[in-house]
Amino acid sequence: MHSTPGAGAGTTACSGVRVTYAAGADALSDVTLTFAPGEQVAVIGPSGAGKTTLLATLACAMRPAAGSMQVLGIDPWTLPGAELHALRRRLFLAPQAPPLPPRQRVVHAVLAGCLPQWTIWRALRSLIYPRDAEIAREALARFHLEDKLFLRCDRLSGGERQRVALARLIASNADLLLLDEPVSSLDPALALNALEVLQDEASTRGATLVVSLHAVDLALARFSRLVGVKAGRVMFDLPRAEVTDQCLTELYGTELGASMQAPPDEPAAVLKLNRCT
Amino acid sequence: MHLAVVHDLRDPAWHGRVTAAVVFIVLLAPAFYLTEFNPAILWGDTSLRALRQFLGSFFPPAASPEFLQLVLAATWKTVAIATVGTAVAIAIALPAALMATRILSISRIATGRMALLPAIVRTGIRWLLIFLRSIPEIVWAMIFVRAVGLGDTAGVMAIGITYGGMLGKVYIEILESAEQQSATVLLQNGAGRLQAFWYAALPVSLPELTSYTIYRWECAIRASVVMGFVGAGGLGQQMELSMKMLAGGEVLTMLLVFVALVWAADLVSAFLRRVLA
Amino acid sequence: MRLAWGAVAGAVTALAFLVVCVASLSGDWASFFSRTAAEKMGEFVVGFVRPAADAAFLRKLGYATLETLAISWLGTLIATVGGLLMALPAAGRWGRVARSLSRLVLNVLRAIPELVWAVMAVIAAGLGPFAGTLALAFHTTGVLGRLYAESLENVAPEPHASLRNHGVGAVPAFWYATFPQVLPQLMSYALYRWEINVRAAAILGVVGAGGLGQMLHFHLSLFQTSETASVLIAMIVLVSLVDALSNVLRARMTAPR
Repeated sequence: MHSTPGAGAGTTACSGVRVTYAAGADALSDVTLTFAPGEQVAVIGPSGAGKTTLLATLACAMRPAAGSMQVLGIDPWTLPGAELHALRRRLFLAPQAPPLPPRQRVVHAVLAGCLPQWTIWRALRSLIYPRDAEIAREALARFHLEDKLFLRCDRLSGGERQRVALARLIASNADLLLLDEPVSSLDPALALNALEVLQDEASTRGATLVVSLHAVDLALARFSRLVGVKAGRVMFDLPRAEVTDQCLTELYGTELGASMQAPPDEPAAVLKLNRCT
Repeated sequence: MHLAVVHDLRDPAWHGRVTAAVVFIVLLAPAFYLTEFNPAILWGDTSLRALRQFLGSFFPPAASPEFLQLVLAATWKTVAIATVGTAVAIAIALPAALMATRILSISRIATGRMALLPAIVRTGIRWLLIFLRSIPEIVWAMIFVRAVGLGDTAGVMAIGITYGGMLGKVYIEILESAEQQSATVLLQNGAGRLQAFWYAALPVSLPELTSYTIYRWECAIRASVVMGFVGAGGLGQQMELSMKMLAGGEVLTMLLVFVALVWAADLVSAFLRRVLA
Repeated sequence: MRLAWGAVAGAVTALAFLVVCVASLSGDWASFFSRTAAEKMGEFVVGFVRPAADAAFLRKLGYATLETLAISWLGTLIATVGGLLMALPAAGRWGRVARSLSRLVLNVLRAIPELVWAVMAVIAAGLGPFAGTLALAFHTTGVLGRLYAESLENVAPEPHASLRNHGVGAVPAFWYATFPQVLPQLMSYALYRWEINVRAAAILGVVGAGGLGQMLHFHLSLFQTSETASVLIAMIVLVSLVDALSNVLRARMTAPR
């Protein structure tokens, strides 16, 4: 167990990390990455490359089988349970499919971002009468959704649900933001706008931002550092200027043409509705 | 070659069916013996006369105003016993389900497997729920009647305890078969267990939870009447008194009221379940 | 719009109803937690810890358990046949009048609780397990008949219709087309009902319909806690065994071959 190179307070890093699927195959092998506090990085790669697993591992939602890790300057897997949970409050992991309960109103779905800072009593009071609705409204306004404040989540379109999930991030005050395909359901203009808002928010807070993206052109346009992941390994970790066409071809193989144009391979994030109401 | 073809024509299911039939007949004989099955009795002189007398006394149904008032009061008591009993059951089942359900487990987040102590606690609570519901409520009622005397308290607690076990088990099943990601994401981002329940798990499962609870309330009404037979108050207790006195007319009235009650409860239950879905 | 008025109104109404119900009851809650109650419950717990287990008693208990099992098994069996017979008209095979009439009969059979049936059966057939079997048979016919009727109504009509189209009679068409489709469901419902009936059979004895319930009532009224505990344990074991057996059979029937 060697200490992670370049480690310091607030750094998030993994070194030689290996994560396995339940069936035994490797989801990530020998991954070494370091993110300084406040850095903004895009993670790109073909479907099934392990981008989701990487984000989950950084979020302490998956325990590596080998290697060492640091999250915001702390080694999470040496912490006792309660302190590990306290560490989780400082990060925000946004999955691909917006985790919004269908029947919940948007105001509560957004304010759920504040839950780590709230006591259970404040959380319950807010469910009955959301006094902090203003916080939710401001967060939604960044994505031009403030008029949806009191609608039910299942009345929104797929793209709107995705932006509501991002508004939850705005309402939270996490220092490590890990976003899995956050703009996959948005048209190019909205996607660009959303990324601007997210990056703006991250730099205001001084938070570390790691975003996995399917659209390589967006990644190249907005991020100064790109990490390419393929088959569970880091293929490259380069500043934007050094990312050549050859890097991308090696990363995507024949898929390069498809990802440079619009629709992603994976289906747009679909909200799983339990039953028809 | 020829023999092989003949073999193929024998029904492969034949052996299994013959065995099943033989087992069936073998089990049937002792069943007839043990239950002293003797339909001839029904046509025997004494029982036919007793039955005819009993059925004869059914008409006309008792309908004097005082009696009807008594019956209505007893019916309302039955409804009250069922309602308060169901409330007690919810008070037992909901905390038990929250404590025992896997979806709110924090120790499970990173490794997919719960830590030892939480697993023991959860299993223990599930066994407690099994114990509560494996003793029929009428037996609980008999025990409580012995312990605290005749009356509705025994009925309320009997329903509360048995139905607490049943509701608890079904609440856990509903929570664990519904969409879990909303709650998991909140836990991954540092929210507390109860917060994850109120903001994610409950909104996702609420229609099913309330639907089953209302269905159980309907069952509780029928159970209250049955428990009245052992002294736990309400319509059942009145029916038992009238039956002991072979007052057929009163029994018929109460049976009719009971059928009407069950039908009304069924309507209310269907209406509520439709509205809340 | 900040306050979800619908939800709040609903919650308030439910709570108000609950309060009214609590007020209607005798309110004798104190007695439940009183000293005498605690003492009596304590005696029960003691009885549970040392249940009666002498040979003669265990023989009686074993016989009563088998009796209860037989009551539930035979009662459910009769109800399966009866329910299927009643389900045919109730599913509309013979017109709307027959449907309404048979559904009415099934509803009456279902609505009257097993215990009430048992009391009437005891009057008609005397004390003992036969009354219990009859009671279960009548009540369960109503339940299964209704469930079977719904299954029959939900069955895909094409196989039956296509057989009728080439001149096959109604009865063979039923056995070749409709019955095989609903058989798994029929068996599944019947087994599920058996689980419930085992519990019911155990209880019916309270009014004299034989089995473990009769023993339970006897010993409970004499406040013989050890014997009562043994009977309860036998009930739990019996119910668990039947539950397990029923689950195994149902799983085997719905498993892909």
